[in-house]
Amino acid sequence: MSGHASNEINANVGWDGKGSPFSVGYGKLMMWFFLVSDALTFGGFLIAYGFTRYSYGGSWPIGEETFDALPFLHGSYPLAYVALMTFILIISSVTMVLAVEAGHRMDRKGVTKWMLATVLGGLIFVGSQAWEWSHFIHGTKFGRVELSDGSVATAKGEFGKIQSFEIVKPGAHYAGIGELITNDNITKEDGDLMHAFQHAAAKRNLSGTAGAMMITLHDGTVARVNKDADQGLQLIVKEAGTLHALSSADDETTRIHEEEGSVALYYEALSKGNVVYGANLHENEYGPQTYGHFFFFVTGFHGFHVTIGIILNIVIFLNVLKGTYHKRGHYEMVEKGGLYWHFVDLVWVFVFTFFYLI
Amino acid sequence: MEQRDDIIEYSLYNHHSEEEGKKMRKKIWKVTLILSLVTLFEVICGLIFKQGDSFSWHAIKVIFIILTVVKAGYIVLSFMHLGDEKKAFKWIILLPYLIFIFYLIFVGLTEGAAVGMKM
Repeated sequence: MSGHASNEINANVGWDGKGSPFSVGYGKLMMWFFLVSDALTFGGFLIAYGFTRYSYGGSWPIGEETFDALPFLHGSYPLAYVALMTFILIISSVTMVLAVEAGHRMDRKGVTKWMLATVLGGLIFVGSQAWEWSHFIHGTKFGRVELSDGSVATAKGEFGKIQSFEIVKPGAHYAGIGELITNDNITKEDGDLMHAFQHAAAKRNLSGTAGAMMITLHDGTVARVNKDADQGLQLIVKEAGTLHALSSADDETTRIHEEEGSVALYYEALSKGNVVYGANLHENEYGPQTYGHFFFFVTGFHGFHVTIGIILNIVIFLNVLKGTYHKRGHYEMVEKGGLYWHFVDLVWVFVFTFFYLI
Repeated sequence: MEQRDDIIEYSLYNHHSEEEGKKMRKKIWKVTLILSLVTLFEVICGLIFKQGDSFSWHAIKVIFIILTVVKAGYIVLSFMHLGDEKKAFKWIILLPYLIFIFYLIFVGLTEGAAVGMKM
């Protein structure tokens, strides 16, 4: 009886660190443990987001209303851009798993090809995210307005193009009454017509009503705004005031349409300077301040992970070119990098659902 | 790097032949197709069903979450090869995560709704 246990467990193999009960190499095991902890970090962020969102009720921004822009195109394409980003990340995950598979066959050429594709996919994704952040920060052409009754509304519709500013009272930079300021002769300080218009609106330097707006530029020049009429302007009430009730997302008749005077209401708010364009850490046009914080923090933290992943993948790619892993006899490093890279894709799957879909 | 014969080299366990590779690549592309189609389905549902208090929106919300978990499952089990690892290892990774996440989701949503009602 006494020697029974020692026969069952061979101390030479089982208890001195030679064998892994999981048949997994040390590096891979540690990568998995890191990913579990990182997943809990992201889980915590998303739960905090869900908690905050749940507690705000109806004023929280809605994905398909907030993210409906595409680069180089006008008009509304709800969710198209984030769907594209998701697809890019999935594809780069696929090229990564193909690199791992090639590594298991010691196919150096295959690993090289697929690692390169993965790095490129990652760069395209981060580039897309940069555009999305830029768009989020600069905001829409309409912005968000506070109406005269205290309700807060975002706007949908086609913003009429600003053709020119016609000088009424000359200032330091612009002389000549009746002359036109266009994008060709506008000063650098004012940027372009659209920028000057939004800047003036936020600084209470716009006055008048729709179709007859007057703008005061940086240098004190007063000019008439020659602007095409907006098409189909609808106001989506996000916070109810004394006159306007909350709009519900599933019923467009609850929005304020042109027939109900959306144009007059919008430009009245603009002439009072009650408008917010884009997003920063203090306010944003999409919804509560906390929403902006969460957007920047969660998508930023994910983007940071993607960036780290690209750097790791580039290092691995260079080592594949050098033949480091081929000499070693296995491509496990590609596998470890792959685990991290898939994890980044995994997190995005959740961010996509909770930030954009729901 | 010098090979040490007193350490078991698990990295070599995963090596496979050309024929096995072919099968694996086929599976990879199949999973790719599934992930893409699920995403496409989600986006289309997101466009058709508008947020609100309607029953259809609540149903679609639950479907979104289920589909997300399905996608996550495919990525973890297939792309990250966790499905091919030893059973003990698989559950040591998955179990803590599942327990904590379900617990956190429950607490987060319950408390969020309670705070929302007070405001």
